[in-house]
Amino acid sequence: MDGPLVIPPVIPLAWDADPEVATDAAVVGGKGASLGELARAGVAVPPGFVVTTGAFIAALAVIDPGGALRAALETSPAGAPALRDRIVTAPLPASVASAVGSGYDSLGSGCDVAVRSSATMEDSSAASFAGLQDTYLGVAGTSSVLDHVRRCWASLYNDESVAYRRHLGMPEDSLAMAVVVQRMVRPRTAGVMFTRSPVSGDRSVVAIEGTWGLGSALVAGDVTPDSFTISKITGEITMRRVSSKGRLHSFIPNGRGVTAEDTPADLRDAPCLTDDEIRALAAVARTVEAHYGVPQDIEWAVLDAPAPPAPPADRIVLLQSRPETVWAAKTGPPVAAPKARPADHVLALFGKPQ
Amino acid sequence: MEQNGFPLPSQIADVPGAENWRSMYQYFTRFQPDDDKRFWFYNSMHFPEPIPAFDSVTSEIPYQAIGANTARLFVFPTTLGIEHRIVNGRVYITANPVLDPAEIGRRAEVFGPRAGYYYENWDSLYEGWKERVRGLIAEIEAIEVPQLPEWEPDAVVFESRGVAQNHYLQENFAKCLHLYSKMWHHHTEMLMLGYGAYVVFFEFCNKAFPEISDQTVGRMVAGIDVIMYRPDDELRSLAKLAVDLGVDDLFTEDNTADDVLTGLEARGEAGARWLDEFAKARDPWFHVSTGDGFYHHHLSWNDDLTVPFTALPGYVAAMRAGTMKPRPTAQLVEERDRIAGGYRDLLTSDEERAAFDQMLGLCRLVFPFVEDHKFYCEHWFTTRFFQKVRAFGALLAREGVIAEADDVFHLHHTEIDQALADLSLAWSAGSPPLGGAHFPPIIAERKRMLKVLRDWSPPPALGPVPEGLNDPAVRMLWGVTADRINSWLNPDPVEMHGVPASAGVVEGVARVLHDVNEIGSLREGEILVCPVTAPSWAPVFGKIKAAVSDIGGAMSHAAIVAREYGMPAVVGTGDATKRIRTGDRIRVDGDRGTVRVL
Repeated sequence: MDGPLVIPPVIPLAWDADPEVATDAAVVGGKGASLGELARAGVAVPPGFVVTTGAFIAALAVIDPGGALRAALETSPAGAPALRDRIVTAPLPASVASAVGSGYDSLGSGCDVAVRSSATMEDSSAASFAGLQDTYLGVAGTSSVLDHVRRCWASLYNDESVAYRRHLGMPEDSLAMAVVVQRMVRPRTAGVMFTRSPVSGDRSVVAIEGTWGLGSALVAGDVTPDSFTISKITGEITMRRVSSKGRLHSFIPNGRGVTAEDTPADLRDAPCLTDDEIRALAAVARTVEAHYGVPQDIEWAVLDAPAPPAPPADRIVLLQSRPETVWAAKTGPPVAAPKARPADHVLALFGKPQ
Repeated sequence: MEQNGFPLPSQIADVPGAENWRSMYQYFTRFQPDDDKRFWFYNSMHFPEPIPAFDSVTSEIPYQAIGANTARLFVFPTTLGIEHRIVNGRVYITANPVLDPAEIGRRAEVFGPRAGYYYENWDSLYEGWKERVRGLIAEIEAIEVPQLPEWEPDAVVFESRGVAQNHYLQENFAKCLHLYSKMWHHHTEMLMLGYGAYVVFFEFCNKAFPEISDQTVGRMVAGIDVIMYRPDDELRSLAKLAVDLGVDDLFTEDNTADDVLTGLEARGEAGARWLDEFAKARDPWFHVSTGDGFYHHHLSWNDDLTVPFTALPGYVAAMRAGTMKPRPTAQLVEERDRIAGGYRDLLTSDEERAAFDQMLGLCRLVFPFVEDHKFYCEHWFTTRFFQKVRAFGALLAREGVIAEADDVFHLHHTEIDQALADLSLAWSAGSPPLGGAHFPPIIAERKRMLKVLRDWSPPPALGPVPEGLNDPAVRMLWGVTADRINSWLNPDPVEMHGVPASAGVVEGVARVLHDVNEIGSLREGEILVCPVTAPSWAPVFGKIKAAVSDIGGAMSHAAIVAREYGMPAVVGTGDATKRIRTGDRIRVDGDRGTVRVL
């Protein structure tokens, strides 16, 4: 018999999903909660669903009944490889497998998807697990999707993650992992953007970095991206630096994953975004920032379709958004305080030694 | 030999063929041995070309006035005045800073109440200022150039005046200079404080929003109803009147100003009405300089009607077609307030917002003066001043001292005084003036030297680069910052860098105009490349799709007008008119402040 499920194994990424669970990181993980939040804010995200922590708990209840294998990791990491092995090979509870299967089918039969780890602790402001959990692009077919869901779960127990938890002194028993499954997008251009300048912390600009094809080329440091800065207030593009983007990541349909190849010569030095697209991205960024109320760090993609005259806004999807952490941590004193008379500001500036 | 990359003043060699350039300028404008120890920069903003002997008055007198106001009158704590030197016909300047903290403190005690008084009473003081400057304008307009009659008129005897006309040669010429000096004292009386308010707000915005552009700060400050737009508005009204009166057929591209005016005289009452309105518009609105008033050849529209009459056919056609767009004043106000409100909202505390409101309020208080003083001073007064000097030139030409009226501008004002003394003696003695043999060869040599000096490329700066050069006043007035100095030291071989004055990126064909009188050659949709623009250039902006200038900052005329027209502009490139040729395809990036020949 399957273990009792207190939360459904699968929740769709949709604007009308129940916010009680769809935006709760304890249920859908950090990434899932962020995407759920974006979907609810009316921002376009690739269609998909989240395999919840409920599914993870149900599966682990079969694999490691009582949690002894996991508890042992608190004293020694030696058991991690065996635990990972059991997670990726043990059959899934039928309720989980069928929920994931029908979730996948609802995205389109045999379509390519991205399977992304969404740990309950990741992207929290307390600890960064950036890069420690797996993401798989270009997965197709129900059994492959199920395999990759299990691999994501297993990545919670990879050596680096376990070591990192020991470093932080975090207990093992409350851990869970959700997995986001989304239809693959085929971006013409993708990248990241910050709703404040990463260089100066300026909150009046959106800083955008992008490259041709999948954003993985940028995230992996495989290319120097194009970078643009646009004013939130005037819409002026105040900085544009077009780089030579030597490599291009793209995914091959039908579950054959991602390739990296040399960028065609005619694209290499061409800007990967039009001015209209830069403005549309900045508008989306502002919507997201306003929704969260704090500066954001956003992953985005610009698709080829729908073709013009559809506005660029219709071709933008967001893959992730999280609070910006670097500048948030360094709030300085106020730039200026009011004075008794306005003219006192001038007297103060001109009266002080250079 | 070089320190930090710039040559020392003493290392600047005379330009071959113009070795005698010193004869054009006063002894106190020459670099001294000790000047090698200081940092000087070329004031290309005001003096983009070699200065004729008389025109050196436009540095000699303004720097007397600026320094008097900052150092002695308001007692700015950190700065005394500005020193200037001339080498090979170009003006270099340096600010005299106050560095001793005790001395700064002592000066601040005087500065506080004095500057505070002006800021607190700004509007009423500005009203009084306008009265005083209008008074100076009336005085300069009223100056008579003595015509040296054969005999004095009866009245001189029967009213027992006793003073003959030749006396007034020197007195009235000196009076022109005295009035010019007073005008400059008034000019700087409020301007330095006006800039002070800007500097404070710019500094605040740069701290709160490190990546904000100067042009965006400028857009928050800009006043909308400034009188600098009046000359252009008057032209629009005259164009409308021509259509309303049915005399618009005379305004064609082929008709010169004279053709149109003669034609109107034959048009009965309609023609007379237009000429009447035209005469009203001319005084004062056509006393607008085609430059910025620092050279005698910056003529006014009244001096040369070519500019307004080149613009009129286009305006008339637009009126007729109903496509004439009035300045979108309400929209500009809304845009300005939206931008200011947007930045205000991004501030992180109410405390900062309150400070922002105070500083922006102060800028908007001073803005009308900062914009409008140019019309009163550099345009109206100065074009009248040069007209008077030209009239003295006409007298000297008629009396055989110089060949033609404009030759007078190749004499220093002390030499003109000498020539007038000579003329006075000659008239009273009944003999010919001796200047007729003395001055013409000097003038010929100077004209030749100026031509040669024109081709000299002055280094942007001289002497050792000081540490921490970010004096707010120097930055506001001349755009000289550590960054700018760096770009002087490492010029980009392909791209020209200037101040991003108005946003947008555009490619097109360049039209290089050295003088506003050449605007007739401009084609629709070209990109204007010019040394500097002034309000009289306004009609050009209806035709072009971008603007590039050698000189100017975020608050310069070209910048303000380009933002109004929503076209990309890069100002203060230094040498765009030298590096770009008419017909070149260029890309103007008003976001980054760069210009590139494609």
